Amino acid sequence: MTVEEPAMHPVGDKLPSLLQSGEHDLCPGCGEPVAIRILLETLAELGLSTSTIGVVGIGCYTAFARTLDVDLVQALHGRAPSVATGVKRMQPTKAVFTLQGDGDMVNEGLQEVLHTAARGENVTCVLLNNGVFGETGGHMTATSVLGQRTKTSLDGRDPDYHGYPIVIGDLLAQLDGAAYIARGSVQNAGAVARTKRMMHKAFETQLAGEGFSMIEVLTMCPTGWFVPTAEGPGYMGETLGQVHVMGELKTRRPK
Amino acid sequence: MTSHMVTVRGTVHIDTEGCKGCELCIPACRPAVLVMSTDVNDTGYRYPELLPGCTGCRACLDVCPDFCFEVFKYEHPVEVQVESAR
Ligand SMILES: Cc1ncc(C[n+]2csc(CCOP(=O)(O)OP(=O)(O)O)c2C)c(N)n1
Ligand code: SF4
Ligand code: SF4
Ligand code: SF4
Ligand SMILES: [Mg+2]
Repeated sequence: MTVEEPAMHPVGDKLPSLLQSGEHDLCPGCGEPVAIRILLETLAELGLSTSTIGVVGIGCYTAFARTLDVDLVQALHGRAPSVATGVKRMQPTKAVFTLQGDGDMVNEGLQEVLHTAARGENVTCVLLNNGVFGETGGHMTATSVLGQRTKTSLDGRDPDYHGYPIVIGDLLAQLDGAAYIARGSVQNAGAVARTKRMMHKAFETQLAGEGFSMIEVLTMCPTGWFVPTAEGPGYMGETLGQVHVMGELKTRRPK
Repeated sequence: MTSHMVTVRGTVHIDTEGCKGCELCIPACRPAVLVMSTDVNDTGYRYPELLPGCTGCRACLDVCPDFCFEVFKYEHPVEVQVESAR
Protein backbone atom coordinates (compact mmCIF):
# COMPACT_ATOMS: atom_id res chain seq x y z
CA MET A 1 0.00 0.00 0.00
CA THR A 2 1.71 3.22 1.19
CA VAL A 3 5.35 3.86 0.36
CA GLU A 4 6.45 5.52 3.57
CA GLU A 5 4.64 6.04 6.87
CA PRO A 6 3.44 9.59 7.62
CA ALA A 7 4.03 11.43 10.90
CA MET A 8 2.19 9.70 13.72
CA HIS A 9 2.05 9.30 17.49
CA PRO A 10 1.38 6.18 19.57
CA VAL A 11 -2.13 5.81 21.04
CA GLY A 12 -1.68 2.34 22.45
CA ASP A 13 1.47 0.56 23.61
CA LYS A 14 1.90 -3.14 22.98
CA LEU A 15 2.23 -3.82 26.71
CA PRO A 16 0.75 -2.04 29.71
CA SER A 17 3.62 -0.38 31.61
CA LEU A 18 3.21 -2.80 34.55
CA LEU A 19 3.59 -5.95 32.42
CA GLN A 20 7.12 -7.16 31.72
CA SER A 21 6.30 -9.56 28.88
CA GLY A 22 3.34 -10.26 26.62
CA GLU A 23 4.24 -13.93 26.34
CA HIS A 24 2.07 -16.31 28.31
CA ASP A 25 0.79 -19.85 27.98
CA LEU A 26 -2.91 -19.13 28.39
CA CYS A 27 -5.11 -20.54 25.62
CA PRO A 28 -5.96 -18.73 22.36
CA GLY A 29 -9.02 -16.53 22.87
CA CYS A 30 -8.78 -16.50 26.68
CA GLY A 31 -10.39 -13.42 28.22
CA GLU A 32 -8.17 -13.29 31.31
CA PRO A 33 -5.18 -11.44 29.76
CA VAL A 34 -7.60 -8.81 28.43
CA ALA A 35 -8.97 -8.22 31.94
CA ILE A 36 -5.44 -8.08 33.34
CA ARG A 37 -4.60 -5.34 30.84
CA ILE A 38 -7.61 -3.35 32.12
CA LEU A 39 -6.39 -3.80 35.71
CA LEU A 40 -2.79 -2.81 34.96
CA GLU A 41 -3.72 0.21 32.83
CA THR A 42 -6.03 1.40 35.62
CA LEU A 43 -3.30 1.14 38.27
CA ALA A 44 -0.92 3.15 36.07
CA GLU A 45 -3.56 5.74 35.18
CA LEU A 46 -4.40 6.28 38.87
CA GLY A 47 -0.71 6.79 39.69
CA LEU A 48 -0.56 3.57 41.74
CA SER A 49 2.28 1.84 39.86
CA THR A 50 4.67 1.87 42.81
CA SER A 51 2.17 1.92 45.66
CA THR A 52 0.11 -1.20 45.07
CA ILE A 53 0.20 -4.69 46.55
CA GLY A 54 -1.69 -7.48 44.81
CA VAL A 55 -2.80 -10.76 46.34
CA VAL A 56 -3.13 -13.49 43.73
CA GLY A 57 -5.43 -16.49 43.94
CA ILE A 58 -4.99 -19.76 42.04
CA GLY A 59 -6.15 -20.27 38.49
CA CYS A 60 -4.94 -19.74 34.94
CA TYR A 61 -4.34 -16.00 35.66
CA THR A 62 -1.75 -16.97 38.31
CA ALA A 63 0.72 -17.42 35.44
CA PHE A 64 0.84 -13.60 35.26
CA ALA A 65 2.40 -13.46 38.75
CA ARG A 66 5.69 -14.08 36.90
CA THR A 67 5.39 -11.04 34.64
CA LEU A 68 3.39 -8.40 36.57
CA ASP A 69 5.61 -5.50 37.63
CA VAL A 70 3.60 -5.06 40.87
CA ASP A 71 4.40 -6.25 44.41
CA LEU A 72 2.48 -9.49 44.88
CA VAL A 73 1.62 -12.03 47.55
CA GLN A 74 0.51 -15.51 46.51
CA ALA A 75 -2.44 -16.69 48.56
CA LEU A 76 -3.69 -20.22 49.08
CA HIS A 77 -6.73 -21.12 47.00
CA GLY A 78 -9.66 -18.83 47.90
CA ARG A 79 -7.90 -17.05 50.77
CA ALA A 80 -6.85 -13.89 48.92
CA PRO A 81 -9.45 -11.54 50.51
CA SER A 82 -8.28 -12.51 54.01
CA VAL A 83 -4.62 -12.08 53.07
CA ALA A 84 -5.50 -8.72 51.49
CA THR A 85 -7.21 -7.72 54.75
CA GLY A 86 -3.98 -8.29 56.65
CA VAL A 87 -1.86 -6.53 54.01
CA LYS A 88 -4.12 -3.47 53.96
CA ARG A 89 -4.31 -3.20 57.75
CA MET A 90 -0.50 -3.28 57.97
CA GLN A 91 0.07 -1.08 54.90
CA PRO A 92 -2.92 1.30 54.82
CA THR A 93 -1.26 3.71 52.39
CA LYS A 94 -0.98 1.04 49.67
CA ALA A 95 -3.69 0.19 47.19
CA VAL A 96 -4.44 -3.49 47.83
CA PHE A 97 -6.24 -5.76 45.40
CA THR A 98 -6.94 -9.44 44.94
CA LEU A 99 -6.92 -11.24 41.60
CA GLN A 100 -9.15 -14.30 41.73
CA GLY A 101 -11.21 -16.63 39.58
CA ASP A 102 -14.76 -17.82 40.17
CA GLY A 103 -13.53 -21.22 41.34
CA ASP A 104 -11.11 -19.50 43.69
CA MET A 105 -13.49 -16.87 45.07
CA VAL A 106 -16.93 -18.46 44.90
CA ASN A 107 -16.12 -22.15 45.47
CA GLU A 108 -12.89 -22.52 47.40
CA GLY A 109 -13.09 -19.30 49.39
CA LEU A 110 -16.65 -18.00 49.47
CA GLN A 111 -16.62 -17.21 53.17
CA GLU A 112 -13.38 -15.22 52.85
CA VAL A 113 -14.86 -12.75 50.37
CA LEU A 114 -18.22 -12.57 52.18
CA HIS A 115 -16.63 -11.67 55.50
CA THR A 116 -14.14 -9.27 53.91
CA ALA A 117 -17.02 -7.44 52.24
CA ALA A 118 -19.19 -7.54 55.37
CA ARG A 119 -16.37 -6.06 57.46
CA GLY A 120 -16.10 -3.29 54.89
CA GLU A 121 -12.38 -3.92 54.46
CA ASN A 122 -10.91 -1.18 52.32
CA VAL A 123 -9.60 -3.49 49.58
CA THR A 124 -10.54 -4.13 45.95
CA CYS A 125 -11.28 -7.68 44.83
CA VAL A 126 -10.93 -8.36 41.11
CA LEU A 127 -12.85 -11.44 40.02
CA LEU A 128 -12.31 -13.08 36.63
CA ASN A 129 -15.53 -15.05 36.19
CA ASN A 130 -15.58 -17.64 33.41
CA GLY A 131 -17.95 -20.13 35.02
CA VAL A 132 -15.38 -22.94 35.13
CA PHE A 133 -12.37 -24.15 37.04
CA GLY A 134 -10.28 -23.36 33.97
CA GLU A 135 -6.84 -24.37 35.10
CA THR A 136 -7.71 -27.81 36.38
CA GLY A 137 -9.59 -28.78 33.23
CA GLY A 138 -12.86 -26.90 32.98
CA HIS A 139 -15.05 -28.31 35.74
CA MET A 140 -18.33 -26.70 36.82
CA THR A 141 -18.11 -23.94 39.43
CA ALA A 142 -20.64 -22.24 41.68
CA THR A 143 -21.11 -19.54 39.03
CA SER A 144 -21.72 -21.90 36.06
CA VAL A 145 -25.17 -21.12 34.72
CA LEU A 146 -28.04 -23.58 34.28
CA GLY A 147 -27.62 -25.53 31.08
CA GLN A 148 -23.90 -24.72 30.85
CA ARG A 149 -21.79 -27.58 29.54
CA THR A 150 -18.59 -28.18 31.50
CA LYS A 151 -16.29 -31.18 32.04
CA THR A 152 -18.44 -32.22 35.00
CA SER A 153 -21.80 -31.23 33.53
CA LEU A 154 -21.51 -32.53 29.98
CA ASP A 155 -25.27 -32.45 29.47
CA GLY A 156 -25.51 -28.96 30.93
CA ARG A 157 -25.85 -27.80 34.52
CA ASP A 158 -28.99 -29.40 35.92
CA PRO A 159 -30.55 -27.67 38.96
CA ASP A 160 -31.98 -30.94 40.30
CA TYR A 161 -28.56 -32.54 40.40
CA HIS A 162 -26.04 -29.65 40.53
CA GLY A 163 -28.05 -26.92 42.23
CA TYR A 164 -28.30 -23.29 41.18
CA PRO A 165 -25.57 -20.79 40.40
CA ILE A 166 -24.36 -18.22 42.93
CA VAL A 167 -24.59 -14.74 41.41
CA ILE A 168 -21.73 -13.44 43.50
CA GLY A 169 -21.78 -9.76 42.55
CA ASP A 170 -25.46 -9.40 43.43
CA LEU A 171 -24.90 -11.31 46.68
CA LEU A 172 -22.00 -9.08 47.78
CA ALA A 173 -23.93 -5.94 46.83
CA GLN A 174 -26.43 -6.72 49.60
CA LEU A 175 -23.81 -6.38 52.34
CA ASP A 176 -23.62 -3.02 54.10
CA GLY A 177 -19.81 -3.12 54.11
CA ALA A 178 -19.70 -3.22 50.32
CA ALA A 179 -19.22 0.27 48.88
CA TYR A 180 -18.74 -0.46 45.19
CA ILE A 181 -19.71 -3.62 43.29
CA ALA A 182 -19.75 -3.78 39.51
CA ARG A 183 -19.74 -6.40 36.78
CA GLY A 184 -18.06 -5.86 33.45
CA SER A 185 -16.88 -8.13 30.69
CA VAL A 186 -14.28 -8.39 27.94
CA GLN A 187 -16.83 -9.49 25.37
CA ASN A 188 -15.96 -6.73 22.89
CA ALA A 189 -14.15 -3.40 22.72
CA GLY A 190 -17.16 -1.47 24.06
CA ALA A 191 -17.44 -3.76 27.06
CA VAL A 192 -13.71 -3.37 27.69
CA ALA A 193 -14.09 0.43 27.76
CA ARG A 194 -17.05 0.23 30.17
CA THR A 195 -15.22 -2.24 32.40
CA LYS A 196 -12.21 0.07 32.49
CA ARG A 197 -14.40 2.86 33.89
CA MET A 198 -15.73 0.45 36.54
CA MET A 199 -12.18 -0.63 37.42
CA HIS A 200 -11.28 3.04 37.96
CA LYS A 201 -14.29 3.53 40.25
CA ALA A 202 -13.47 0.41 42.27
CA PHE A 203 -9.95 1.67 43.04
CA GLU A 204 -11.18 5.23 43.58
CA THR A 205 -13.55 3.80 46.20
CA GLN A 206 -10.59 2.29 48.01
CA LEU A 207 -8.47 5.44 47.68
CA ALA A 208 -11.32 7.45 49.21
CA GLY A 209 -11.50 4.97 52.12
CA GLU A 210 -15.14 4.18 51.44
CA GLY A 211 -14.94 0.45 52.11
CA PHE A 212 -14.98 -2.83 50.22
CA SER A 213 -15.03 -2.83 46.44
CA MET A 214 -15.34 -5.70 43.98
CA ILE A 215 -15.08 -5.62 40.22
CA GLU A 216 -16.17 -8.79 38.49
CA VAL A 217 -15.13 -9.29 34.88
CA LEU A 218 -16.75 -11.97 32.74
CA THR A 219 -13.93 -13.57 30.74
CA MET A 220 -14.04 -16.03 27.86
CA CYS A 221 -12.80 -19.59 28.42
CA PRO A 222 -13.28 -21.14 24.98
CA THR A 223 -11.37 -24.25 26.09
CA GLY A 224 -13.61 -24.93 29.07
CA TRP A 225 -16.76 -24.01 27.16
CA PHE A 226 -15.99 -26.27 24.16
CA VAL A 227 -16.47 -23.40 21.69
CA PRO A 228 -14.21 -22.03 18.91
CA THR A 229 -12.27 -18.94 20.05
CA ALA A 230 -14.14 -16.59 17.71
CA GLU A 231 -17.48 -17.76 19.19
CA GLY A 232 -16.38 -17.20 22.80
CA PRO A 233 -17.77 -13.67 23.18
CA GLY A 234 -21.15 -14.59 21.63
CA TYR A 235 -21.44 -17.71 23.76
CA MET A 236 -20.65 -15.68 26.86
CA GLY A 237 -23.35 -13.12 26.07
CA GLU A 238 -25.96 -15.84 25.57
CA THR A 239 -25.09 -17.89 28.66
CA LEU A 240 -23.12 -16.38 31.57
CA GLY A 241 -24.04 -12.83 30.56
CA GLN A 242 -27.77 -13.57 30.90
CA VAL A 243 -27.40 -14.48 34.58
CA HIS A 244 -24.35 -12.48 35.65
CA VAL A 245 -25.61 -9.26 34.10
CA MET A 246 -23.20 -6.45 33.32
CA GLY A 247 -23.59 -3.19 35.22
CA GLU A 248 -22.97 -1.32 38.45
CA LEU A 249 -24.64 -3.28 41.24
CA LYS A 250 -23.81 -0.92 44.08
CA THR A 251 -22.11 2.43 44.22
CA ARG A 252 -21.67 5.41 46.47
CA ARG A 253 -19.78 7.13 43.66
CA PRO A 254 -21.38 9.56 41.21
CA LYS A 255 -22.69 7.70 38.12
CA MET B 1 -9.94 -2.67 -12.85
CA THR B 2 -11.65 0.03 -10.78
CA SER B 3 -10.17 1.75 -7.76
CA HIS B 4 -11.36 4.03 -4.99
CA MET B 5 -9.86 6.33 -2.34
CA VAL B 6 -9.68 5.31 1.31
CA THR B 7 -8.96 7.69 4.22
CA VAL B 8 -6.29 6.34 6.55
CA ARG B 9 -6.09 7.92 10.02
CA GLY B 10 -3.74 5.55 11.77
CA THR B 11 -1.92 2.27 11.67
CA VAL B 12 -1.05 -0.77 13.77
CA HIS B 13 2.11 -2.77 14.18
CA ILE B 14 1.18 -6.43 14.62
CA ASP B 15 3.37 -8.98 16.42
CA THR B 16 2.40 -11.77 14.06
CA GLU B 17 4.69 -14.30 15.80
CA GLY B 18 3.00 -13.68 19.16
CA CYS B 19 -0.46 -14.20 17.66
CA LYS B 20 -2.46 -17.31 18.60
CA GLY B 21 -5.01 -16.96 15.82
CA CYS B 22 -8.07 -16.46 18.03
CA GLU B 23 -9.66 -13.95 15.59
CA LEU B 24 -11.08 -11.76 18.38
CA CYS B 25 -9.51 -8.69 16.75
CA ILE B 26 -11.36 -9.21 13.47
CA PRO B 27 -14.92 -8.21 14.55
CA ALA B 28 -13.46 -5.59 16.94
CA CYS B 29 -12.26 -3.55 13.97
CA ARG B 30 -15.15 -1.24 12.97
CA PRO B 31 -13.82 -0.32 9.51
CA ALA B 32 -13.11 -4.04 8.91
CA VAL B 33 -9.53 -3.50 7.83
CA LEU B 34 -8.12 -6.53 9.65
CA VAL B 35 -8.25 -9.83 7.78
CA MET B 36 -6.78 -13.18 8.76
CA SER B 37 -3.76 -14.31 6.75
CA THR B 38 -3.68 -17.44 4.68
CA ASP B 39 -0.08 -18.08 5.76
CA VAL B 40 0.68 -19.29 9.28
CA ASN B 41 3.33 -18.08 11.75
CA ASP B 42 6.08 -20.27 13.23
CA THR B 43 3.64 -21.63 15.83
CA GLY B 44 1.15 -22.58 13.13
CA TYR B 45 -1.44 -19.88 13.68
CA ARG B 46 -2.98 -17.59 11.07
CA TYR B 47 -2.64 -13.93 12.08
CA PRO B 48 -4.33 -10.61 11.19
CA GLU B 49 -3.08 -8.42 8.35
CA LEU B 50 -3.93 -4.74 7.94
CA LEU B 51 -5.69 -3.32 4.88
CA PRO B 52 -5.75 0.44 4.21
CA GLY B 53 -8.31 2.36 6.30
CA CYS B 54 -7.19 2.04 9.93
CA THR B 55 -8.59 4.81 12.18
CA GLY B 56 -6.16 4.25 15.08
CA CYS B 57 -9.08 3.49 17.40
CA ARG B 58 -7.16 0.77 19.32
CA ALA B 59 -10.16 -1.57 19.59
CA CYS B 60 -7.96 -4.43 18.30
CA LEU B 61 -5.39 -3.77 21.02
CA ASP B 62 -8.08 -3.67 23.72
CA VAL B 63 -9.49 -7.13 22.86
CA CYS B 64 -6.31 -9.04 21.97
CA PRO B 65 -5.41 -11.60 24.66
CA ASP B 66 -1.85 -11.89 23.39
CA PHE B 67 -0.65 -8.28 23.37
CA CYS B 68 0.02 -8.29 19.62
CA PHE B 69 -0.92 -4.70 18.75
CA GLU B 70 0.76 -1.33 18.92
CA VAL B 71 -1.50 1.47 17.65
CA PHE B 72 -0.59 4.83 16.12
CA LYS B 73 -2.63 7.81 15.02
CA TYR B 74 -1.50 9.83 12.01
CA GLU B 75 -1.01 13.56 12.60
CA HIS B 76 -2.98 14.16 9.39
CA PRO B 77 -5.28 11.73 7.55
CA VAL B 78 -3.86 10.27 4.35
CA GLU B 79 -5.83 9.38 1.23
CA VAL B 80 -4.80 6.06 -0.29
CA GLN B 81 -5.88 4.62 -3.63
CA VAL B 82 -6.94 0.98 -3.40
CA GLU B 83 -8.21 -1.45 -6.01
CA SER B 84 -11.91 -2.19 -5.59
CA ALA B 85 -12.79 -5.77 -4.75
CA ARG B 86 -15.18 -6.17 -7.67
C1 LIG C 1 -6.60 -25.99 48.10
C2 LIG C 1 -6.54 -26.27 46.64
N1 LIG C 1 -7.51 -26.98 46.05
C3 LIG C 1 -7.48 -27.23 44.71
C4 LIG C 1 -6.45 -26.74 43.94
C5 LIG C 1 -6.44 -27.01 42.46
N2 LIG C 1 -6.77 -25.87 41.63
C6 LIG C 1 -5.82 -25.11 41.05
S1 LIG C 1 -6.42 -23.95 40.01
C7 LIG C 1 -8.00 -24.47 40.31
C8 LIG C 1 -9.16 -23.87 39.57
C9 LIG C 1 -9.22 -22.40 39.62
O1 LIG C 1 -10.39 -21.96 39.01
P1 LIG C 1 -10.71 -20.42 38.88
O2 LIG C 1 -10.38 -19.73 40.16
O3 LIG C 1 -12.09 -20.27 38.37
O4 LIG C 1 -9.64 -19.90 37.82
P2 LIG C 1 -9.54 -20.15 36.24
O5 LIG C 1 -8.51 -21.20 36.06
O6 LIG C 1 -10.88 -20.52 35.72
O7 LIG C 1 -9.06 -18.84 35.71
C10 LIG C 1 -8.04 -25.52 41.22
C11 LIG C 1 -9.25 -26.20 41.69
C12 LIG C 1 -5.44 -25.99 44.58
N3 LIG C 1 -4.42 -25.45 43.89
N4 LIG C 1 -5.49 -25.78 45.92
S1 SF4 D 1 -8.46 -22.93 30.32
FE1 SF4 D 1 -9.85 -21.21 29.97
S2 SF4 D 1 -9.27 -19.67 31.51
FE2 SF4 D 1 -7.58 -21.14 31.37
S3 SF4 D 1 -6.16 -20.26 29.86
FE3 SF4 D 1 -7.52 -21.66 28.76
S4 SF4 D 1 -9.18 -20.34 28.01
FE4 SF4 D 1 -8.14 -19.19 29.66
S1 SF4 E 1 -6.78 0.53 15.43
FE1 SF4 E 1 -9.00 0.32 15.06
S2 SF4 E 1 -9.23 0.64 12.87
FE2 SF4 E 1 -7.03 0.23 13.23
S3 SF4 E 1 -6.82 -1.99 12.90
FE3 SF4 E 1 -7.18 -1.66 15.10
S4 SF4 E 1 -9.41 -1.88 15.33
FE4 SF4 E 1 -9.03 -1.57 13.14
S1 SF4 F 1 -6.77 -10.96 18.85
FE1 SF4 F 1 -4.53 -11.07 19.01
S2 SF4 F 1 -4.06 -13.26 19.23
FE2 SF4 F 1 -6.16 -13.11 18.49
S3 SF4 F 1 -5.98 -13.25 16.23
FE3 SF4 F 1 -5.98 -11.07 16.75
S4 SF4 F 1 -3.78 -10.57 16.95
FE4 SF4 F 1 -3.94 -12.80 17.04
MG1 LIG G 1 -12.75 -19.79 36.47
